[in-house]
Amino acid sequence: MLYVLKFALRYLASSKLQTGLLVLGVAIGVFVFVFISALIGGLGSYLVDRTVGDIAHVTLEAPKRDATLISGEPNGSAVVFQKATAQREVLRTGDIFLPLIEEMEGVKAASPQIVGNGFVIRGQSRAPVYVTGVEPGKVSAIADIRGKLVSGSDRLTNSSILIGASLASDLGVGVGQIITLQSDRDVERSLMIAGIFSLGVETLDARSAFVSIAAARSLFDLDQGISRIEIKLNDLNSAELFADRIAAATGLEATPWTENNAQLLDGLRAQANSGDLIKAFSLITIVIGVASALLLSTYRRRPEIGIMRAFGASRMFVVSVFVFQGMLVGLIGGVLGAGAGYLVMSPFPVPEEAASGGFPIDVRQGDYLLAIVLTVIGAIIASILPARAAAKVDPVEVIGQ
Amino acid sequence: MSVLVEVSDLVKTFGEGDTATRVLRDLSMVLHEGDLAALLGPSGSGKSTLLTILGTLMRPTSGEHRMLGEDMTQASDAALTEFRNRHIGFVFQFHHLLPDFTALENVIFPTAVSAGRETRKARQRGEELLQRVGLEERIHFKATQLSGGQKQRVAIARALMNQPELVLADEPTGNLDRQSAEQVMDLIREINTVEKTTFLISTHDEKIAAACRRQIKVVDGKVESGD
Repeated sequence: MLYVLKFALRYLASSKLQTGLLVLGVAIGVFVFVFISALIGGLGSYLVDRTVGDIAHVTLEAPKRDATLISGEPNGSAVVFQKATAQREVLRTGDIFLPLIEEMEGVKAASPQIVGNGFVIRGQSRAPVYVTGVEPGKVSAIADIRGKLVSGSDRLTNSSILIGASLASDLGVGVGQIITLQSDRDVERSLMIAGIFSLGVETLDARSAFVSIAAARSLFDLDQGISRIEIKLNDLNSAELFADRIAAATGLEATPWTENNAQLLDGLRAQANSGDLIKAFSLITIVIGVASALLLSTYRRRPEIGIMRAFGASRMFVVSVFVFQGMLVGLIGGVLGAGAGYLVMSPFPVPEEAASGGFPIDVRQGDYLLAIVLTVIGAIIASILPARAAAKVDPVEVIGQ
Repeated sequence: MSVLVEVSDLVKTFGEGDTATRVLRDLSMVLHEGDLAALLGPSGSGKSTLLTILGTLMRPTSGEHRMLGEDMTQASDAALTEFRNRHIGFVFQFHHLLPDFTALENVIFPTAVSAGRETRKARQRGEELLQRVGLEERIHFKATQLSGGQKQRVAIARALMNQPELVLADEPTGNLDRQSAEQVMDLIREINTVEKTTFLISTHDEKIAAACRRQIKVVDGKVESGD
């Protein structure tokens, strides 16, 4: 064993109560660190999952063509290309890209869709709806419709429809009943309600309807092409990078979910910053605690340090004895605090499985290794001041005491 | 006998200006290999300061200090630390053992601290030294579990660990009862005779001084007799 390490261990062991309290203090600081990491991380995951879980991570659409001045005439008039208002933006070649997109790394699902507005008519009642035409097998590819069905099933045919629970309640209809869907192209179709879902967002539950893509094609008078492709990724945090990549590859307009959820991201960032601040304070507390305890130890051991110096211990040896003490306290306290944090947080369900309004702590996001490494570094830094003070002890002054 | 330590015109002044106190005044003396010398003198005469300078723990204000032919006044702090470790041993009035360590660990400290670890060879020598000072039964006792006389014998063993040419002892029996003091002096005499280790013992005790072969008296910062 390194001789200096033996000294550090012996000094720590000689004051068991003081060392115990010091290690406990460090462990509590590390516990706070990992707890805050897991809580803030879990809360973020929970919020994102609840808010973004049922929307596309990246949406591919035809590039928008804004009004453009084509040429100026000498008499002062101008020729302007106007955005077509009667024509939908259509991905005429969307089908070509679909296999390519589905093969791309990180893609969980890709759903081609035809979307539009319309009215659901039942007797005298008319309710506006936003209609999404999807491939029958991909009803739940983006939003988890299947998991949120309150009645019926998510099996779509060309003559069936899925509607939100609030809409069903407003119209007084249930599964198996027939409703009329009139599109904004004045095309009407009678469709049977195959399933009723509740996404938990009132505007969606009151205004959303899903039909098969074939039914949507006839409703919106679209012979070919699709409105958009919605993509779900394995890692929603990679949406921005993925959008850039796919836009470059296809020449289409790719919108990541973050673009339409800036406020949520701001909130998450503010939350993460608050967590970082708390973690920084817990680290500062550790540093101050270790520094003050070792400084006291330095003063208490001045005569011994003097003797060591008299018998040929170098200043570096004395410095190392105290730095090793700091490192050991940081390491032991760090491992104990991180371990205790893991044990205490393990029984909590992960955010994906947390009950609504529950405690969204994520034991996987405890940053245990980071907490231990930062604590050891902090403790070493904290020990430098006492170690330097110890190395300056003049043997002549203390031997005579 | 060849010269081990030589100091000449040694001056040590503490403080500056009006408050300056000159403790050593052009002090000159020589220690030979194998000397067993007592350093005598009243309190404040400069004995402890001289001992501290000879131990390379303090530098003189001026004058020459040579040991084993090397100029101690020009050496760096690191060089002095290494020199002290290899060539000088100390025995203090209050023994100054490391309280959290055993008798054996205290004895082998000078060797282990320079090697960076406790070697088997060092442990063997440490055990031999403790046996020699009559503490073979106390090898693994903590320093705090030993009596005053036992502590001082451990301190002597520690001073001899690296087989130094010079051992400086500052009132080594000053804190001991008569019987323990005689045991310690017998031990010092034996080591001096057998190993030819040079001892310079600062003392007020005339019996201790009489037990030494040479007496050096310091008065007012100068060697008055015995040089």
